[in-house]
Amino acid sequence: MTAAPTAAAPVAGRLHSWDLSTGVDGPGTRFVAFLSGCPLRCLYCHNPDTWHLRDGRRADADEILAEAAKYVEFIRASGGGATVSGGEPLLQPVLTGELLHRLKHELGLHTALDTSGFLGARATDALLADTDLVLLDIKSWDRALYRHLTGRELAPTLHFARRLAGLGKEVWVRFVLVPGLTDPAENVEGVAAFTASLGNVTRVDVLPFHRLGLAKWRALDLECTLAGTPPPTRERTEAARAVFAAHGLHAV
Amino acid sequence: MTTSQQHERTTDERTADSRTAWDGFRGGYWRDAIDVRDFIQHNYTPYRGDSAFLAGPTERTLAVWRRITDRFPEERAKGVLDIAYDTPSSITAHAPGYIDRERELIVGLQTDAPLKRAIMPYGGWRMVAGALRTYGYPVSPELEKVFTEYRKTHNDGVFDAYTPEILAARKAGVVTGLPDAYGRGRIIGDYRRVPLYGVDRLIAAKRAEKAALDPAPADPALVESTIREREELAEQIRALGELKEMAAAYGYDVSGPASTAREAVQWLYFAYLAAVKEQNGAAMSLGRTSTFLDVYLQRDLDAGVLTERQAQELVDDFVIKLRIVRFLRTPEYDQLFSGDPTWVTESIGGMGQDGRPLVTRTSFRYLQTLYNLGPAPEPNMTVFWSPQLPRGFKEFCAKVSIDTSSIQYESDELVRPRFGDDTAIACCVSAMEVGKQMQFFGARVNLAKTLLYAINGGRDELTGAQVGPATTPVGGVVLDYGEVLARLDQQLDWLAETYVHALNVIHYMHDKYAYERLEMALHDRDVRRTMACGIAGLAVAADSLSAIRYAKVRPVRDETGLVTDYLVDGDYPAYGNNDDRADAIAVRLVEEFMAKVRRHPTYRGAEHTQSVLTITSNVVYGKKTGNTPDGRRAGEPFSPGANPMNGRDRHGYVASALSVAKLPYEHAEDGISLTNTVTPDALGRTPEERVHNLVGVLDGYTTCRGFHMNVNVLDRGTLLDAMEHPERYPQLTIRVSGYAVNFVRLTREQQLDVVNRTFHGSL
Repeated sequence: MTAAPTAAAPVAGRLHSWDLSTGVDGPGTRFVAFLSGCPLRCLYCHNPDTWHLRDGRRADADEILAEAAKYVEFIRASGGGATVSGGEPLLQPVLTGELLHRLKHELGLHTALDTSGFLGARATDALLADTDLVLLDIKSWDRALYRHLTGRELAPTLHFARRLAGLGKEVWVRFVLVPGLTDPAENVEGVAAFTASLGNVTRVDVLPFHRLGLAKWRALDLECTLAGTPPPTRERTEAARAVFAAHGLHAV
Repeated sequence: MTTSQQHERTTDERTADSRTAWDGFRGGYWRDAIDVRDFIQHNYTPYRGDSAFLAGPTERTLAVWRRITDRFPEERAKGVLDIAYDTPSSITAHAPGYIDRERELIVGLQTDAPLKRAIMPYGGWRMVAGALRTYGYPVSPELEKVFTEYRKTHNDGVFDAYTPEILAARKAGVVTGLPDAYGRGRIIGDYRRVPLYGVDRLIAAKRAEKAALDPAPADPALVESTIREREELAEQIRALGELKEMAAAYGYDVSGPASTAREAVQWLYFAYLAAVKEQNGAAMSLGRTSTFLDVYLQRDLDAGVLTERQAQELVDDFVIKLRIVRFLRTPEYDQLFSGDPTWVTESIGGMGQDGRPLVTRTSFRYLQTLYNLGPAPEPNMTVFWSPQLPRGFKEFCAKVSIDTSSIQYESDELVRPRFGDDTAIACCVSAMEVGKQMQFFGARVNLAKTLLYAINGGRDELTGAQVGPATTPVGGVVLDYGEVLARLDQQLDWLAETYVHALNVIHYMHDKYAYERLEMALHDRDVRRTMACGIAGLAVAADSLSAIRYAKVRPVRDETGLVTDYLVDGDYPAYGNNDDRADAIAVRLVEEFMAKVRRHPTYRGAEHTQSVLTITSNVVYGKKTGNTPDGRRAGEPFSPGANPMNGRDRHGYVASALSVAKLPYEHAEDGISLTNTVTPDALGRTPEERVHNLVGVLDGYTTCRGFHMNVNVLDRGTLLDAMEHPERYPQLTIRVSGYAVNFVRLTREQQLDVVNRTFHGSL
C-alpha cells in the first residue's frame, strides 16, 4: 500500500476498562471508557485502581471505537451516549480528544467528558467542541480543604469551569458529600454560589459518600483514611441539595 | 361499603334486564364465527394517556384481601394450608367456596375453601399420595385402589412406554424436569370465549366440529386420528356442560353471553377456574384478557353504570382469585420450581397489526393491582414490549417494575410477526396464539452435562455409569477444541433422539390419560401444536468451550480414566460481555441442538421448538453436574435461563443482555429467558430518571432483538435482611427465570443463589 494520509497509527493510550452504565455517567445508557491515570489522590476515591497510567492496558482509539460501535443501535433506541472518564481523562488529552471526536462524528453519539477539571487547561477548544456535556467534579470550595482532600490546587478547576461557562458548554457539576470533610455549611454554600454564578450548569449531582470502594484500597494495600467515616444521612444529603436548589440550581 | 356494593348489584341487574349482551358492539364476523380477536379489534379503545386515572383499593377490596393474607404465614409454615384429600378434583367435584361471601364481587374457588388444595390424580397417583403423606394427610385406601388397580394414570402410561435409554438419561439428570408425573400445562384455553359467546354457543360449535368428522375416513392414516378427535370433542362438550353446572352452583347461568362488565369478569374467571379445577398443569396461564375485558368495562363506564373505582374493584377482586390458585405438589417438585408457582401468566400490551396499541385502561388496571394489593408473583404479569407502545404505558410499566419487581417483558417485535397480535405467553416465555395453538411442554436437557459426556465418552462424570453412547473419550494432556466439538456432536445426536422420543411418549400418554378437556374445548379444533424442547446450562457449556478454545484446559482423570476435574490456564472470553468469540459459541449450540431436534418425528406432527429457560431449576441442575471446563465447581448452580454465568459478565447489564440478544429466536421460538437484577442506583439517581432510563433499556433491548427480560430492582441488603427476617417481607417478590416468586418462599439454597447472582450496581 502506498503511503496515504490515513496510514498514520491510531492514537493510543492507557485504558483501565470500559463499561455500559445507565443513569450514572451522564444521561441515559452510556458506553463509558475509563482511562488510566489521575493527578489527584482524593481521600474518598472509589477507584484507586485507576490512579496510575501503568494500571491500565495499552489500547488505541480504533479498538475502543470498535467496542463502542457495538452499542450504537442500543443507545439510539434507549437514549444516552458515550462518556470518556477515568482516572482523569485529560491526563491523556490526545486520546481523549480523539475518542470524543470519533464517538461524536463517526458513531453519532452524544458525548460527555467526566473530569475533575484540574487539567482543564489541556482540553483544547477542539476537544470541547466535540464534547456535548462536561461532568465536572467540584470537590470543595475551601482551598485548603481541596488541597487536603485531593493533594492538589483548586484554582485550575474553577478556571476551567469559567472557561466552560464562557463557551456556553453544558455542565453537570458533581459534589461528593463527605461527613466531617466536605459537608460544612460554608463549604457547600461556596460551591453552590460559585456553580450558580456560571450560568451553564443544568444539574448538580450531590453524591453521598459511600464506602463501596474500600475493598479496592485494601486490594492495593493502601490505607483509606475514611474507612471509619459513615455515609451522610438522608437528611444531611437533602439539606445539601436544598442549598444548591436555593441558588436556583437543579440538584439531585 | 356494603351500600356501594348493593348499589352495584342493583345496577348490574338493571342493565342486564334493559339490554342484550352484545348491545353496542361493532363488527360482524365474530358474531358468526368463534373469533375473539375479531371482536377485540372492532370494539376496543386504545388508551394513550398516563396512569393518573387509576383508582386505589377500596375498603372492601382490602378487607377481602386481608382474609387471605392473614392465612399466608400459616400456609408458608406448613407448606400447604389444607388439602381436600379424599375428593379427586374435577370441574364439579367440590362444593362452592368463598373468601368472604358477603363482600366478594367475583366468586369461585378451586375447592370449598380458600387455599385448600385439591388432589388431581389423573396425572399420577404417586405424586398425590407422596404429597399427602408428606403433609400428614390420610391417603384414602379406596382412592389408592381406584388409581392403582382400576384407573391407569398418565404417569403409569409413560413408564410403560419409556425405554431403558430414556430412563437412564432421566436418572442421570441429563434430561430433566419432564412432565411425566403430573399435568404438563402450558396450554391456554381461550377463556374469553365464555363471556363473549356463552357456553351454549360454544357447545353448538363443538358439536358442529364433531359432526364434520362423522364420515369414516378413506385414508388409512386418518382412521386412528379421526376416532381420537371425535372422542376428544365429546370430552370437550362434556367439560363445557360441567362448566355450566359449576357456575350454577355459584348461582350463575353461563349458558348465554355476559351482559355486564362484572358478568364478563365472572364468566371469564369461571372458565379459567374450571381449568384449574381439572388440571394440575405445570403452568396454568390465563392468556391475554385485559384488553378484552376493557371492552366490557368501557361499555359500562360509558353507560354511566360503572365508576372507575368500581372497575378497579372488579379487576382487584379477579386478581385476588388468580393469586390464590394452588396445586398440590411434592417437596421435590418445589425444590425444582420453588415458591409454589402456578404461572397464571397474563399478557398485557403489545401493538396491533394495524398499528394501534393494544393498550387499554384495563392494561393499566391489571398492573395497578400490584399497588392496590401489594407485589405478588401471581398472576405472572407479562408485558409485550415494543418501542412503539404509548409513552404513558411504558412509563407506568417501568415505574411498577422499579417499585415491585413483579413484571417480565417479552418482545412484541419478535412475537407479533410470527404469532400475530392475539398471542399470549404460557408459563414464562412460550408464545402461542390464543385458542389456536398449544404446546407439548418438554422441559429441558442439560447441555453442560452433555459436554462432560462428550469428554468422557458418554460416561456420567459423577457416577461413572455409561449413559450416553460409548464414544472415544477425549484424550491428551490439554483438551483439543476440535476433538471436543466432534465428540459433543455425537452426544448431542443421541441426546436429541432420546429426548424427542421421551417427549413423544409423554404427550401420547397425557392425551390418553389426562386430557385437558376444558382447556381444549376453548380452542379451535385444528390447533397448531409445537413440541417445546429446551436447553439448560447454555452459559456453562459455552464458557467451557471458550475456555477449551482460548485458554488451556487440562483434564484431571481418576483411576478409571474418567475426567472429574479441569485445570484452566489463562483467560478466556466469557459469554456475557458482548464478545463474539464467546457469544458465537452459545449461538452455535442453540442452532445445532435445534437442528438435531428437528430431525426426529414428533407425536401428532408437532412443530419442533426449543427454549433457553431454566426457571429456578438452574440450582438443581447445577447440583447434578460435576466440575466443568470453565472453572465452575461441581454442584454449583448454573446461571438461570440464557443468563451469562454469575460474575463473568464484567461490563454491565447492557453488555450482558446484548450477548443474550444474539441467540437466534428463530431457533428458540419457545423463548429465551434473561433475568436482570439491578440496584436502583444502576438506573439513575431520581425516581423519574430511573423510570425514563428503564424505558430506554427496554426499548434498546427490544430494538437489538432481545426476547425476554425479567427486571428486578432491588438492594442486596434487602434480600439479606429478608433471609433473616422473612416475617417482615411477606410480599417481597423477585423475578427469577420466567416467573416471579415470593422471596421468602425460596429454599435457602435458592435464596443464596439469587443473592449471589450478579447484582448490577453503579460501581
